[in-house]
Amino acid sequence: MINFDNVMQTLHMFDKEKLDIRTITMGISLLDCGHSNGDIARQRMYDKICRKAENLVSAGESIEREFGIPIIHKRISVTPMAIAAGASMDTDYVKFAVMLDKAAKETGVNFIGGFSALVQKGMSKGDEILIRSIPEALSVTDLVCSSVNVGSTRSGINMDAVSMMGRIIKETAEKTADRDSIGCAKLVVFANAVEDNPFMAGAFHGVGEADTVINVGVSGPGVIKEALESCREQPFDVVADTIKKAAFKVTRMGMLVASEASKRLDTPFGIVDLSLAPTPAIGDSIARVLEEIGVDSCGAPGTTAALAMLNDAVKKGGIMASSHVGGLSGAFIPVSEDEGMIAAAKSGSISIEKLEAMTCVCSVGLDMIAIPGDTPASTITGIIADEAAIGVINGKTTAVRLIPVIGKKEGDEIELGGLLGTAPVMPVSKFGCSRLAERGGRIPAPVHSMRN
Amino acid sequence: MKAVITVIGQDKIGIIYNVSSVLAEYDVNILDINQTIMQDLFTMIMVVDTSSMPVSFEEIQKKLEEKGNEIGVNIRIQHEGIFNAMSEL
Repeated sequence: MINFDNVMQTLHMFDKEKLDIRTITMGISLLDCGHSNGDIARQRMYDKICRKAENLVSAGESIEREFGIPIIHKRISVTPMAIAAGASMDTDYVKFAVMLDKAAKETGVNFIGGFSALVQKGMSKGDEILIRSIPEALSVTDLVCSSVNVGSTRSGINMDAVSMMGRIIKETAEKTADRDSIGCAKLVVFANAVEDNPFMAGAFHGVGEADTVINVGVSGPGVIKEALESCREQPFDVVADTIKKAAFKVTRMGMLVASEASKRLDTPFGIVDLSLAPTPAIGDSIARVLEEIGVDSCGAPGTTAALAMLNDAVKKGGIMASSHVGGLSGAFIPVSEDEGMIAAAKSGSISIEKLEAMTCVCSVGLDMIAIPGDTPASTITGIIADEAAIGVINGKTTAVRLIPVIGKKEGDEIELGGLLGTAPVMPVSKFGCSRLAERGGRIPAPVHSMRN
Repeated sequence: MKAVITVIGQDKIGIIYNVSSVLAEYDVNILDINQTIMQDLFTMIMVVDTSSMPVSFEEIQKKLEEKGNEIGVNIRIQHEGIFNAMSEL
């Protein structure tokens, strides 16, 4: 039976703690749309996306209304375009990105992900064409997100691809220099990318997935923060337990929305991603949760330990709330998308180096960090390689989404708008690594990848 | 379908009457009512059955919202699933 206190507590979470569903993401396979003629392939892809996702937005809105749960985004992820477009004779895939953008606008979704390539071991023709198309593709589209996987625990790190991505990120920044290099906010470089991620910019629909699938990503830092306010000065055991309970509730809500969406759209349910996704709004910040645990400002000594515990407790609480947990499932620590993180970056309590350490214990990586526009491509390559190494050696997903803002320097600030937020330009190391970036080749897979 | 109606606002005469008259008009059956004053605010939770309701969920939602605006309280109707999911194992 419905309990009075439980009802009030749930309403409080929505009204005051900014609990919401971050995204319902429909994964759509484009594997059956390939054709040697690019125009025919694009038409097939466009038609399939629009047909499958026709009711995605309206179904999301009706769930939002009936259950009273805010659902912030509806998104689409597709098969990595390097694979789907690979059969075409095209030598440039920008038109495929334009087609995705058009399909996203037609279906009314907020983002479409999957302008992607998986090159952890090597590059096929399609992969290389796709990667070279990224700067132009992201400058002429609004809703398309792109990702490139450059390493995995099983295959090591493709350093040729890492070097290339350093240059591609710079080119993307230059192509969108008139808009604070926003193209880079839609481009992420992964190691150990997952195939069922509902979050952007890294969502794509893996080849091992069903034809279409519904994945859901939750939010909820505010719920955790408020729950922790009730256990100030308590030992960590109590803190961990409190987080678990709150995460359980948040994930249950995600599971409910996922199963409703799956039913209404007649599409199989994939996973709930229990990542705590922050927003730039006050009261929806991961950094503030860490500060509630006990550091004066995010980035201070103790931050990594607090984050490690938070990340683990969220998983433990969430895992029982859903029949299938997947995607990235950890705490996100983007800078521009988190009000507390923005404040920490401005006050100087957090640096890229500290963020790098934090990425060892949570998902996903160096995310939404604005850096000076004159940062050399080789330095960006070095940063990607470091992050990839953390992922590959620790068997976890890591990612880099850096924005070298053309014309901006340390201390400046850029406004990206909406969920992407505000980013203070953070300093990067003045010491270079061009010799490392130029070596190329592959960093071999670690010894513990050989599990058979 | 079962739904939960929550009414929160300044206490005054006739809140229950006003809400239940809308429900009666649309054949919504009240299964349970729980009402209290919390921090000086009138707080009521109703569990209702909407299966004989001749209109859409969206419409009853609109009607209740309008009634809420008229009498100066916040009225929400939500599918009960959300409360079960978050509070029960």
